[in-house]
Amino acid sequence: MSILEVHALSKSYRQAGGDTTLAIGNITCQVEAGEFVSFVGPSGCGKTTLLMTIAGLLAPSSGRVIVNGKEVSGPPANLVLLFQEYNKSLFAWRSVLGNVRFGVEARGAAAPAADAKARKLIALVGLKGFESHYPWELSGGMQQRVAIARALAYEPEVLLMDEPFGSLDALTRLELEDTLLRLWAELKTTILFITHDIEEAIYLSDRIWVLSRRPSQIVQEIRSDFPRPRHQVTTRAEARFMALRNDIYRQIGNQGTP
Amino acid sequence: MNRWRAFNWLGWSSFALLLLLWELGSRATPKLQLYFPPVSRIFAALIDALSAGSIVQHLLVTLVRFAEGFLLAALLAVLFGVMLGYFRFLHGLLATLIELLRPMPSVAIIPVAILLLGIGDGMIVSVTVYASVWPILVNTIDGVRNIDRTLIDTGRTFGLSRWRILWQIILPGASPYIVTGLRIGLSIALILVTTAEMIAGSKGLGFFILDEERAMNSANMYAGIVVVALLGYGLNRLFLLIETRAMKWRHGMMARQAA
Repeated sequence: MSILEVHALSKSYRQAGGDTTLAIGNITCQVEAGEFVSFVGPSGCGKTTLLMTIAGLLAPSSGRVIVNGKEVSGPPANLVLLFQEYNKSLFAWRSVLGNVRFGVEARGAAAPAADAKARKLIALVGLKGFESHYPWELSGGMQQRVAIARALAYEPEVLLMDEPFGSLDALTRLELEDTLLRLWAELKTTILFITHDIEEAIYLSDRIWVLSRRPSQIVQEIRSDFPRPRHQVTTRAEARFMALRNDIYRQIGNQGTP
Repeated sequence: MNRWRAFNWLGWSSFALLLLLWELGSRATPKLQLYFPPVSRIFAALIDALSAGSIVQHLLVTLVRFAEGFLLAALLAVLFGVMLGYFRFLHGLLATLIELLRPMPSVAIIPVAILLLGIGDGMIVSVTVYASVWPILVNTIDGVRNIDRTLIDTGRTFGLSRWRILWQIILPGASPYIVTGLRIGLSIALILVTTAEMIAGSKGLGFFILDEERAMNSANMYAGIVVVALLGYGLNRLFLLIETRAMKWRHGMMARQAA
């Protein structure tokens, strides 16, 4: 049994004029426990809607999402969605420690244990020494590290990530990719990741689903079986990496402009 | 050294100059002394009233009424404000009523309150609650409605119950607005307590001021005004002190964004 199953999922929106637009066409896919899978697709293809629906934050128009054998009807207890907008999703009134502790407390841990665990995770994402800082005192990359630590503090079996590095500069992005892979290997969480950065998807994932434009559908599944641990220079320099990148690029590019 | 510099010497010296002009002007024109007794005489009257203890009793009565009215208003307004901000239907139901009642000068409600409740403490406190509820209510509603959707969704994806989302996300998220409402409500509460005491009190600073005016004791009347002024100043300072501590994160954030 897969840890996450999506069956014939579709989602339509009622627009201001009264018309309905179909954001997600008909998506069926499975994620195995411990896998790192990415959706990659053009911007505006409904990726965020897809992830919000899988996270139980939006109700599907049709189809089903099953997490750990149970059909999703609201946010499932063993799954967390990490938003792209870390500056909107972090609690400005809580310190870094307070934010991460929120993740532990949401799981139902007692206060003293929560503190120790939050501190451990803060160190794991490389923010030791910033425990008493407020999020708005930190750079974008550091804020997203706090958000990642908070999500992992909840110990989700499945972590959904919505273009988490989309608004970071290129170097910070590479750093965070490696941090994420290290944590993933250590904590053995299942990750479903969304990005419009093809190379990021290849670098991080075991499998990649290429999405079409609206209404989004999976047009191709691609395996990214480069040996782990991966390396920003050598992995990306492999000829196969470039071939994969070009392959996916053509898949997305073939769809023409809307 | 820092405190020394931070002190607004210019502002305080212009205030001192004003008092000096008052003193000299009043002494120079004895005919006007009924309306503007010399500052020194007001000060003497204040000292007398304080040492006799009468004005202290009036002050305490006013303070208790204020505290009851303001705290009750804060409690009610935050409670209803959160509900109105959270539930669209409730807001739709009551928004028009609020918009119609809010701009009405609250002192207009005093005769109604006297009619219904008589002229006791209950009336004065009720009027104070009524008047200071509005700014707190409206700001709380705004605060709750302005909370970013992502923040609520964050609570939901972490499996928080509605109650915990309210307590851990909506309330702190709306707190900057709520605090603004409380600060306005505090000033209004003090205005209403004093006014209601003037109209229908037998105790309290408002009553004292009007009573001394009717007795033509203008120095005592001004002494009462000074005490009310000091009360307002003190309460505002106390509020700012608490606010600065409780909202440290907010001030830091605003300073960061401004820089």
